[in-house]
Amino acid sequence: MKKMLVVGLLLIAGMVFSSAAAPQAPATIKIGVLHSLSGTMAISETTLKDTILMMIEDQNKKGGLLGKKLEAVVVDPASNWPLFAEKAQQLLEKDKVAVVFGCWTSVSRKSVLPVFEKNNGLLFYPVQYEGEESSKNVIYTGAAPNQQAIPAVDYLMKDLAVKRWVLEGTDYVYPRTTNKILEAYLLSKGVAAADISINYTPFGHSDWQTRVAAIKKFGSAGKKTAVVSTINGDANVPFYKELGNQKVSAEDIPVVAFSVGEEELSGLDTKPLLGHLAAWNYFQSVKTPANTAFINQWHTYIKSNKRTTNDPMEAHYVGFNLWVKAVQKAGTTDVEKVLAALPGLETPNLTGGVAKMLANHHITKPVYIGEVRADGQFDVVWKTTGTVPGDAWSDFLPGSKDIDADWVTLKCGNYNKTTKKCSGQNYK
Amino acid sequence: MQWGWLLALLALWGVPVFGQSADDSAFLATIGELREADFPDKEAIVERLTQSAHLSTRVVLTAFLEDRLYFRNDDQKVVVVKSVENEPADFDLIDPLSLKDAGAIPADQVTKIGTNNRLRRVLKTTIARFGLGNPSAAVRLEAVQDMLRSLDEGTISLLRERAETETDPKVKKAIAAGLALVDLDSSDSQTRLNAIATLAGSLNPDVRNKLASLIEKSADGTFVEADEKVRLAAGAAVTTIDDWRAFYSAVETLFFGLSLGSVLVLVAIGLAITFGVMGVINMAHGELMMLGAYTTYVVQTSMPGRTGLSILLAIPAAFVVAGFTGILIERTVIRFLYGRPLETLLATFGVSLILQQLVRSVFSALNREVKTPDWMSGTLQLNEALSITYNRLYIVFFTLIVFTILLLVLKRTRLGLDIRAVAQNRSMARAMGIRSKWVDAMTFGLGSGIAGVAGVALSQLTNVGPNLGQSYIVDSFMVVVFGGVGNLWGALLGGMSMGIVNKLLEPYSGAVLAKILVLVGLILFIQRRPRGLFPQTGRSAENS
Repeated sequence: MKKMLVVGLLLIAGMVFSSAAAPQAPATIKIGVLHSLSGTMAISETTLKDTILMMIEDQNKKGGLLGKKLEAVVVDPASNWPLFAEKAQQLLEKDKVAVVFGCWTSVSRKSVLPVFEKNNGLLFYPVQYEGEESSKNVIYTGAAPNQQAIPAVDYLMKDLAVKRWVLEGTDYVYPRTTNKILEAYLLSKGVAAADISINYTPFGHSDWQTRVAAIKKFGSAGKKTAVVSTINGDANVPFYKELGNQKVSAEDIPVVAFSVGEEELSGLDTKPLLGHLAAWNYFQSVKTPANTAFINQWHTYIKSNKRTTNDPMEAHYVGFNLWVKAVQKAGTTDVEKVLAALPGLETPNLTGGVAKMLANHHITKPVYIGEVRADGQFDVVWKTTGTVPGDAWSDFLPGSKDIDADWVTLKCGNYNKTTKKCSGQNYK
Repeated sequence: MQWGWLLALLALWGVPVFGQSADDSAFLATIGELREADFPDKEAIVERLTQSAHLSTRVVLTAFLEDRLYFRNDDQKVVVVKSVENEPADFDLIDPLSLKDAGAIPADQVTKIGTNNRLRRVLKTTIARFGLGNPSAAVRLEAVQDMLRSLDEGTISLLRERAETETDPKVKKAIAAGLALVDLDSSDSQTRLNAIATLAGSLNPDVRNKLASLIEKSADGTFVEADEKVRLAAGAAVTTIDDWRAFYSAVETLFFGLSLGSVLVLVAIGLAITFGVMGVINMAHGELMMLGAYTTYVVQTSMPGRTGLSILLAIPAAFVVAGFTGILIERTVIRFLYGRPLETLLATFGVSLILQQLVRSVFSALNREVKTPDWMSGTLQLNEALSITYNRLYIVFFTLIVFTILLLVLKRTRLGLDIRAVAQNRSMARAMGIRSKWVDAMTFGLGSGIAGVAGVALSQLTNVGPNLGQSYIVDSFMVVVFGGVGNLWGALLGGMSMGIVNKLLEPYSGAVLAKILVLVGLILFIQRRPRGLFPQTGRSAENS
């Protein structure tokens, strides 16, 4: 009884205290950083944390935002998907951050989505993903399938005259959805079903003998064959090694990868990868003044000239600048007002183009195809003439063809054009 | 000093300029264009160089293909670099015109002229034409094979010429096959029949596709090939080729199974000693393999440029590192927990986490790159349908060697005798004067050392990172349980059969399902025979 009384008193005291503090506006704007700093994803995500910290430092040097300094709140969800939701909740409810930059894998994004929608938070998600989603509370600064996978396949089909396709992926949501879209797209382009082979292997697969032999056999049918790889993370190294060992060269059967970038290639024997392709919206090797400045800024910040920049970093760069502009336009960090200010905003990207915020919470991006060079960088061999607007709902899947996302006029992320109904988020 | 350098440069550069003919300057101008050209232009330039038939064309194009064609940053002159192997600080240069040595230059003062896939393909076939006259039969064979990949008027006539003077039987056969492929399009049906007869024994997929196209019907229902005799012959040839290819593909699958099996045996064999002989459930076994892999990395980085030797040296080094770590674990943790399997399991699991974090702190969470020596990469091409990768082949042999040595140690040495004695009856062994505690430490050290050696092999197959051990620990326990606890032969047979079954299933079920099926099969097997393939008999078996 006594104990409860004490607790009650403490609670009241706490409420009084916090309400007393409330009218006094905080001197800083808090920005949440939700990237794994330990566990399997730490390799990729730590760099993104550093990118945001660098952007914040830079903004503070320019005098902050709305007359206040920016302050980063860094948490470590440790590559553990449920922990992502917990940490997101902590950022939104306890730290009351104005915006969160975070997540890498689709499963972590799906895990935090309900938290952001419940608390009406704002998440900038910087990684290429499978689409089929548009949330009011998420800004997708990474590529949708039509900004990476489809143009890559177009390039192979037109420039390399590829007739036979192997869709090779790791067994989880991103490769499965992407391959479903690609299969529908290829079939719509008149590729015979017999000329498409789809395969999945587990995470961290290391014994690629059978798969590479099968690819070789599939590719020996007299038609130009290419591999579209959504193989994730670690498994790529033994895969390319086995390709090299079995003498499958990029000249005969090129592999175009969607998750192999500069960061993954650094500190790796690039010999077996030489000439294979990757599709991204940014390459470190693209020569523009903005990119050179960004690379220099990154090297100074991280105190190493050897560190590479990569596509998700550029996405964070664009996302951060869009948010800053939206806050300046809205004159507040209030999520509703920032969200209203965002669509239509433009900011230069690092490759000499302009990233425009669209009504479906995606942005416009150029698409580049690069060949792996011996130094772990990419030679751009093809690029889109302008930028491509991100399409949340693929036009090539039967279910999502009729769905539209529009947060300006329709105020809906999942609007069915034929039934004229808004069904809310797809995770429900 | 500076003057001397300048003079030397001038001298080097001035001599060829002086004695240049019109051809030479045109050649130099053409390769000069490569500096600025985009990829389609480069292709056209290569074509022009080939047509010019300048004597230096072959060397320049070969260098271009092998990424050895550079231009100097100061005077924009195109140069050939002798070798870019092992990334030397200074490049030895060759003059592209005279093909004589042209001194050396720091690597950062030249810029590489890049290629892409398409260009490399063009270069390969172009260079192949020069290879036809090479004195080495192997080079000629490769040249013919490269040329067959893109046959046109020019290459066909070159091949026909060569066919008359060629003496080497292998090259002769390759040329004959290539020309027969061309003859299939001939208008004379007898020529076509002869061509099919020549091609019948081939295993080449291109040949098969071409022959198969002869028996297909075109869109309007008529046969592509009008002559029925030719059709029948083609049909028979295709069936033979398919049969042989199916046979070789079965052999290949069997080899894949053996190689996967030998990896399983290698990772399990150390455990067969610590778990099998001593009965210690060592969850840190995987991390001992990881230590072995990192040892390989350290040895390799400490001796740059000698990849092959470093791998060989890493084997004893990894044995010692992992072995000592094992003895340390035994002395500090496990010896207090003998006879308490659950506590041992938890304690060693803790040790495994400590080791992982240790490696993360020392080497960072990023994977480390361990280079593969040249003699371990590439394939052993047995015929056109069957090739075996060297790294897998070596690992099969390596496993057998490790297994044999371990068997000899256990059967023929004093240590082995002690180990077996303690395993069979500890108190009797002690009564005989065996220091059982010392034997325990040595046994654990031996098993751990073998795990380290397995780590060296794994560094060639997979990523060297802090999680390396975790991905193999389950497999290794499976093999030991399946093979029968305490039996080395069981581990060998168990690992091999699991590997083969896995690889036989994989083409039909996919990699994910194959693994699950093997696991389900294993569970069912253990239900029937809880003691595995080779159950241990005798006193110790009754005790346990």
